[in-house]
Amino acid sequence: MSNEVKKKSPPDPNSAKFKLGKIATDAYVDAQAAKDRGEMVGWCSSNFPVEIPETLGLAVCYPENQAAGIAARGGGERLCNISEDDGYSNDICAYARINLAYAKIKDTPEQNMPEPDFLLCCNNICNCMIKWYENLAKDLNIPMIIIDIPFNPDYEVSDAQVAYVKAQFMEAIKQLEELTGKKWTEEKFKEVMEYSGRTSRAWLAATSEAKHTPSPFNGFDLLNHMAVMVTARGKKEAAEAMEVLHKEYLENVETGNSTFRAEEKHRIMFEGIACWPYLRATSTGLKSRGINMVTTIYADAFGFIYDDFDGMVKAYCNVPNAMNLEHARDKRVKLIKDNHVEGLLVHTNRSCKLWSGFMAEMSRQISEECDIPHVAFDGDQADPRNFSEAQYETRVQGLTEIMESKKGGC
Amino acid sequence: MELLVAGIGTVGAEKIMETVLKKAQLTGVDIDFVMATGYGRRNFDPAHGELSELSCHAKGVLFKNPQVRTIIDIGGQDAKVLRINDKGVMENFMMNDKCAAGTGRFLDVMANILQMPINELEKRAELAEKPAKISSTCTVFAESEVISQLATGETVENVIAGICNSVASRVAGLAKRVGIKEEVFMSGGVAQNGGVRQALEKELKVPIKWSEASQMMGALGAAISAYEQVKKRGVLNE
Repeated sequence: MSNEVKKKSPPDPNSAKFKLGKIATDAYVDAQAAKDRGEMVGWCSSNFPVEIPETLGLAVCYPENQAAGIAARGGGERLCNISEDDGYSNDICAYARINLAYAKIKDTPEQNMPEPDFLLCCNNICNCMIKWYENLAKDLNIPMIIIDIPFNPDYEVSDAQVAYVKAQFMEAIKQLEELTGKKWTEEKFKEVMEYSGRTSRAWLAATSEAKHTPSPFNGFDLLNHMAVMVTARGKKEAAEAMEVLHKEYLENVETGNSTFRAEEKHRIMFEGIACWPYLRATSTGLKSRGINMVTTIYADAFGFIYDDFDGMVKAYCNVPNAMNLEHARDKRVKLIKDNHVEGLLVHTNRSCKLWSGFMAEMSRQISEECDIPHVAFDGDQADPRNFSEAQYETRVQGLTEIMESKKGGC
Repeated sequence: MELLVAGIGTVGAEKIMETVLKKAQLTGVDIDFVMATGYGRRNFDPAHGELSELSCHAKGVLFKNPQVRTIIDIGGQDAKVLRINDKGVMENFMMNDKCAAGTGRFLDVMANILQMPINELEKRAELAEKPAKISSTCTVFAESEVISQLATGETVENVIAGICNSVASRVAGLAKRVGIKEEVFMSGGVAQNGGVRQALEKELKVPIKWSEASQMMGALGAAISAYEQVKKRGVLNE
């Protein structure tokens, strides 16, 4: 009998996966190093303009990313329970509950991050964020800088909205300069803007390669790579890694390879934040049926393309959770058509009332316009108590059977 | 057709298969294809294939009623509304969210509080003068609502009619989202409850067909699908 153990081959340090993984990990290491050097570090909401702390040379950590990591590694329920014991409702965002618990206990085996000296909050992703950060500011007795980007009921971003938000960007820069002693320079901003643009363009180009059949990648890859888009898109290394990712996908198109390791029988769009505690179950449920999730608006959401400061302000006013239903629908319809999507799988994410709330009507409109079936399942981005694998399986199988019958099978 | 209650998971399915074969005086080798459906379908080893109960209910109902375009299936664990296209193929569906309200389990719980068999609910609902309002969407909260309504003097009949209306209202919401197209058929165990059927007809303003065999439609669909598989292979056991 052979005692041979199959060894996992070491990751290729030149691969995009390795580079992107390193950037995501280094973000926490760098922030801790800055803290150890006596510098001020911040906690930052995911759609806050990363260009501001990056230009100022400030290290920040992203509680949403940390919460997703904790949830994916099985710690979500434990931390949610701590917050709930403190009186936070089970109904509020699980990222908020996890982070508020972390701010209290300050140590988890899943993922640590340095204690903050200031908070950067932007409500273009949701309004729960404001109360979450206000409570952090009160509990930790530290300043909170907020940029208010209200939900836009109109299709386009108006000049008035840009002016309103731009004034707040300027004020946030001024507050941070006073607080940290760091200085904003136009040269540095231009450099950050250039890297952010390069990163975003490469990311959007890479994700758009799903237009090929079969797709050169498994859409679940995007959920992991996105951490870099959220936290590090203004960095040189991020731009370079994303360009490598695009190159790899192009090579896959050429050679007919894909990171989706199964026969691609069906192509769907996934709507909503990943169900991190059940990433394997949700991904296997699709892969075992030959379903590749080729696109998601969530990935598109973090590609910021602009040419100047005003353009940057406008880009942050135009993020998916801040735009009106018609605009949000049209963006999804474009992704569905560009990527030959056959079905829509919607994660009714109990944490995200805003996103899940408008999906019922938006799914109906998308389904009608694109003539594709849509199916929703209950879950949560980080609280494992809101998901049932059997219910998920039935819905996915139903979706598969409709897609098969539309192709003339079954 | 006969309904056998034989436990849950694959143990129940195995017992049922054993009983069916015995009654039909057949053995396993006589069966060309076993199609599993329902929760646990993926774990039933003797099955040659598995199909969701969504497709099975659609197949079963359409086999008997080809003109049906909307199927409302209220079963024990979930409630579903299926939209059928003009070719007789399921083109979309909507299922209840995580809550048990609007499912057969909700009626089970309520029958239990009222200490009567579930098939009594229909008869007693018919005697209601003014259905009570059971507004809670949570089964446990609805349970306390029922208890408090009874405690404040509401008649059992009015409470039962209110329970039926509550299930109908939840499922009607799903049906409206899928889009109602006539004819509408109700499958699943709850179809046998006239109180829920009538409340649904009132909510949706369409007549709802059903049959004594509504609860069997999923099993019938699975059997048809197994037959189609064997036919496709071209080898039917004589």
